[in-house]
Amino acid sequence: MRTIALRDALREALHEEMARDDSVFVIGEDVIAHGGPYTVTQGIADKWPDRIFETPIAEAGIVGLGVGAALAGMRPVVEIMYVDFITCAMDEVVNQAAKMRYMTGGQASVPIVIRLPCGPARLVAAQHSQIMESWFMHVPGLQVAAPSTPYDAKGLMKTAIRSPDPVAFFEYKALYVSEGGVPKEDYVIPFGKADIKREGEDATVVAIGGMVPRALEAGIALEDEGYDIEVVDPRTLAPLDMDTICDSVRRTGRAVVCEMDSSFAGSGAEIAAALAERCFHDLRAPIVRVGSPHVPMPFAEELVNVTVPDAGAVCGAVRKVMA
Amino acid sequence: MSLNAELSRRIYTDMWRIRLFEEEALRQTSLGSVKGTLHTYCGEEAVAVAVCAHLRDDDYVLGTHRSHGHCLAKGAPMDRMMAELFGRTTGSCRAKGGSMHIADFSRNILGANGIVAGGIGPGTGTALASRIRKSDQVSVVFFGDGAAARGPFHEGLLFGSLWKLPVVYVCENNGYQQWVPRRNVAVVDSVADMAASYAIPGVSVDGQDLEAVYGAAGEAVARARRGEGPTLIEARTYRFHGHSLGDMEEYRSREEVEEWRENRDPIKLFSAWMKERQWLGDEEDEAIQAEVKAEIAGSVAYAEESPPPSPEDVMTDVLDTEWRVSA
Repeated sequence: MRTIALRDALREALHEEMARDDSVFVIGEDVIAHGGPYTVTQGIADKWPDRIFETPIAEAGIVGLGVGAALAGMRPVVEIMYVDFITCAMDEVVNQAAKMRYMTGGQASVPIVIRLPCGPARLVAAQHSQIMESWFMHVPGLQVAAPSTPYDAKGLMKTAIRSPDPVAFFEYKALYVSEGGVPKEDYVIPFGKADIKREGEDATVVAIGGMVPRALEAGIALEDEGYDIEVVDPRTLAPLDMDTICDSVRRTGRAVVCEMDSSFAGSGAEIAAALAERCFHDLRAPIVRVGSPHVPMPFAEELVNVTVPDAGAVCGAVRKVMA
Repeated sequence: MSLNAELSRRIYTDMWRIRLFEEEALRQTSLGSVKGTLHTYCGEEAVAVAVCAHLRDDDYVLGTHRSHGHCLAKGAPMDRMMAELFGRTTGSCRAKGGSMHIADFSRNILGANGIVAGGIGPGTGTALASRIRKSDQVSVVFFGDGAAARGPFHEGLLFGSLWKLPVVYVCENNGYQQWVPRRNVAVVDSVADMAASYAIPGVSVDGQDLEAVYGAAGEAVARARRGEGPTLIEARTYRFHGHSLGDMEEYRSREEVEEWRENRDPIKLFSAWMKERQWLGDEEDEAIQAEVKAEIAGSVAYAEESPPPSPEDVMTDVLDTEWRVSA
């Protein structure tokens, strides 16, 4: 299998889905010039000049138009340059896109994909570094994808575009250039199917998005200490595959839940709570959560380093559940 | 198409359908059959009917929290609307939406909207869909004067103008933003003047004057269908009832309301206008109202006979759970 970067995998998914379905189109800021800041939309304007829309800086308008186009049967792929900016369009996401099917008694379908580049990268501080997955998990009617590998990114993006319901698609900026195997043939990854990224017997480490490579790194480091961890990547947070996560925890008897965002009321909190409800009697130690402290993302590297959890933080948590 | 006797009678009938539907809904509220709140359109009927008279079945309409009139004017079945207000499974939205989110996708009525200005972005988006598909479907977005203060109004008009999308923005300026007179919170009197910032035509018309709204809407819809871009229409109108149920209406005088009801009622004005032209006789007028009353009674009977939802219905319609992805 060939190896490509995550951003190239996303670009391939977009090109293939646009070729497959005339109703797919792209809309967002700077999506033609340079193919967006992350080059994900590169090449689309050359092939489909009438199906890519470069917009004014108006996120509420961008998402609002996407919702309407989706209601009319199109499949918009919306790029929000930084997830932080989606706050300018939360009404369109929460009150319009997410609730429309329910409020209309099933008449409406809103097949919109909202691409949300997220997470710390290049020291851009508090307004360009958030993750915010839990905000979207909390809204009924939204699906939330957070791939950690090029393979997952492409397969989940294709599913997101074909889905009849809205998807908040989290792309960790720090992972855009990370490489991995991606087949040339068409494939999709269903939502709500977690993936065991590393098998192990001693403890289950549930890792979300950008924490997956860090958990895998921790897995290697912990081998020297004699700990064999299993790393489970939910891949989508809504729907959330608690069955696979619970199966793993029942086998290992220990659970660490890792997210890069603030762990207070975060995505990991839902997973930890569900584990406590469903696997309490299988647990041999209290669940430990790994995440950022509850602070906005700082600027200085010294401060970022003590905010964003790294492989060392995962190792520390595993030692805690093994003690 | 210019107004003729037949079309005028149809429009006039629709005005009565809206007026009496809402008066019945208010009555059913006092009887306890309709629950939740209602934002009535009484007094503003000329706007919805005059605009929708220019629309095809496949044109899109997006509304506000005050959208019974838009739905009826665009052809939503009244019995299903009444059933929705009653919270019955036969309702337009199967008892999931209620008055404030009423929608009928079979008529391309993509929904009332509980968020002020909430329909403007999506209504511009349906117009973008028309553009991409090279269809000549027009989108109409109704909103109140309060919406002109919100960001989505400005962003929506910007996109509509930038890409010359086939959309008509219809502002129903009833003078009050819930309990606050517009003059206390707005810096320009006419919302139509705001069109200049987006380089689109802005037209202000008397919203009680059916002929005036019909004329402005006809031009705007035709312009949109020709691919020449959006128009902003401001219809100056008035709501006869409070903002929603239980409004004490301390912000306006009884005399003011009486004056509008007496001398500025769009139904009375249009009736007189038709009678002047010999397009409507007294007997015919009575027959129209009787026919509408029978339709209203039928819709109430339909709602009353319809079953309420079952507890398990609460979990359906969140996502399309039947859908499965395949390579």
